Amino acid sequence: MTARTEPPRESLRARLQKIFRTTAFKLSLAYLVLFALLASVGLGYVAWNARRVLDDQIVSTIEAEINGLSEQYTAGGLRRLIAVVERRAKEPGASLYLVTTPAGEHIVGNVSRVPVGVLSSPGQYEGPYGRGAESDHAEHRAIMRVYTLAGGFRLLVGRDTEERDRLRDAIGNTFGSSLALVLVLGVVGGWFVASRVLKRVDDMTETTRTIMAGDLDGRLKVSGSGDELDRLAQNLNLMLERIGELMRGMREVSDNIAHDLKTPLTRLRNRADEALRTARTPDDLRAAIEGIVEDGDGLIRVFNALLTIARLEAGSTPEQAGTTFDAGEVAGEMAELYEALAEERGLHLRFTAEPNLPLRGNRELVGQALANLIDNAIKYGEGGAPEITVAARREGDHVTLRVADHGPGVPEAERARVLDRFVRLDAARTRPGFGLGLSLVAAVARMHGGHLSLGDNATGLIVTLTLPAAEV
Amino acid sequence: MRLLIIEDDREAAAYLTKAFREAGHTVDHADDGLDGYALAREGAYDVLIVDRMLPKLDGLSLVRSLREQAIATPVLILSALGQVDDRVKGLRAGGDDYLPKPYAFSELLARTEVLARRQAGPAGTAEPTAYRVGELELDRLSHRVSRAGREIPLQPREFRLLEYLMRHAGQVVTRTMLLENVWDYHFDPQTNVIDVHVSRLRGKIDRGFERPMIHTVRGAGYVVRTEEP
Repeated sequence: MTARTEPPRESLRARLQKIFRTTAFKLSLAYLVLFALLASVGLGYVAWNARRVLDDQIVSTIEAEINGLSEQYTAGGLRRLIAVVERRAKEPGASLYLVTTPAGEHIVGNVSRVPVGVLSSPGQYEGPYGRGAESDHAEHRAIMRVYTLAGGFRLLVGRDTEERDRLRDAIGNTFGSSLALVLVLGVVGGWFVASRVLKRVDDMTETTRTIMAGDLDGRLKVSGSGDELDRLAQNLNLMLERIGELMRGMREVSDNIAHDLKTPLTRLRNRADEALRTARTPDDLRAAIEGIVEDGDGLIRVFNALLTIARLEAGSTPEQAGTTFDAGEVAGEMAELYEALAEERGLHLRFTAEPNLPLRGNRELVGQALANLIDNAIKYGEGGAPEITVAARREGDHVTLRVADHGPGVPEAERARVLDRFVRLDAARTRPGFGLGLSLVAAVARMHGGHLSLGDNATGLIVTLTLPAAEV
Repeated sequence: MRLLIIEDDREAAAYLTKAFREAGHTVDHADDGLDGYALAREGAYDVLIVDRMLPKLDGLSLVRSLREQAIATPVLILSALGQVDDRVKGLRAGGDDYLPKPYAFSELLARTEVLARRQAGPAGTAEPTAYRVGELELDRLSHRVSRAGREIPLQPREFRLLEYLMRHAGQVVTRTMLLENVWDYHFDPQTNVIDVHVSRLRGKIDRGFERPMIHTVRGAGYVVRTEEP
């Protein structure tokens, strides 16, 4: 409807095209076309039927008149017929009559002209005719019947079809105008619905575009009506929330990795540099390269630890449900693993465990967490009484795994900080390590729905890993 | 031994090929899953080293297909996915070992050689009931260890450690392999916790003898053998 007109403004045209393309508009249009089609068929049938009934009525009237007139003719001859026709022709709403000689000359009747050849062939005919005296050239149409009387005289009786045609036109007009109204209302309605939907979809598109452009805090508007667009918007918002969380996590992890891998990388680089400058013999070089390879292995370790922590924190562990295992057993195995190392450092490792401490989760990771804790206790537990305690207990509906040493401990102010990645307290800087051990333990605790806490062992550190006990 | 490396990263593949050849092995390389599958089916390899992410046919499907074809060549799966459950999936698909990237080559070499040796033994035969390396003997049934006829009492864990080392006599085993096979934990022992166990064992096995049996391979791990190479 606008395609042929001059494009008014590009934006309007674009807008129209957009509305035409909406599902809402297309659907309304399709329904409209379907409705118009059905209405046409229905009304067409009504019109056709009305016309047929009227035609039948006309034809039977004509037949009755012809019968009557031919009876008059038989009874009273031509004179009587003429008299009856003259009288009838004057009545209001009269039918059409014409009586002619066998040659077709006009004798009596209110019809002046009929198309050539009609009178010579008896039968029914529909077509134009002329009225008697009137000089009007208006087109009249009629259904006529020509009958040959005895003696060769022709009798034509007809009925004007004007009335019938008026009814037909009336039906047609009513139908046409109502259809036009429906079409207009339909298009306007479709338009209205489409623009409303389009407006909301446009808003959503606009919002998502700004979000895609980097504004991850943007959210879609929710109208509160609870309709399908609302539900879509709500779900998209939830999705954005989750994406935002993951992004923040990722950014934090990658920032930390980038920042903190510098230290070991620099160390590796410096070692290589020093070897280049000072190594004189092949043996020196070999020793330096071996050291570099060791540093490289250390970096690989850091990477693996970081990846593990990152994946634990991202919650991307598909088999999170894990298996059920006994915490005391795992603690015992770890204590046994580290006992020799502790003794080597002059520390006595004491292990106690209550029986039946079921945990649900990842046995490997809990083992690794404990290993890290015991490892720390051995590394930093020197100074006080040479004893490390590893204890597994049940406390309410939780299992606690406790590792205590009598080393210098961690000042209360630093306790939260040491759980962060790469944080090493000053006292620890001279020892090997990267400051990832406790971060991993904390991540394992969170993944299992538990937590890690650091406390004072009255000279020494006591670390408690609290995990929810499994149902048995 | 004959190795097939199926790895799409050309640089990594070239490095591995070179390193394995330097270690005295024959190496073939395929850079996608389908080529790798075809080669693995027809070639007589001792070990397949399969990257998990491969074009055309991924590593796990490849291993699964081989196993369905009753091809039992040991497979070591390399993967950037290092979670415990990834490892379980890899082994469930028919892999024999799983090494997360990044890894040290010495670790890969040691594991590959152990896998190849396992393959070399006559198929279907049970583990022998006793191991003997030079004058060192270990009886798996009576849990007795003796060297040059003199019995050496060992703790259960020490026994299992020596058992593992002797089963792979002449081959380097890494610290992670020991933690996996002797303690059944799959993580990277951060400190020298394994070393202490080995040195205790060494104290019992080698003390009082002129020649050591348990040797440290720098940057790699340990090996039990009679002579220095």
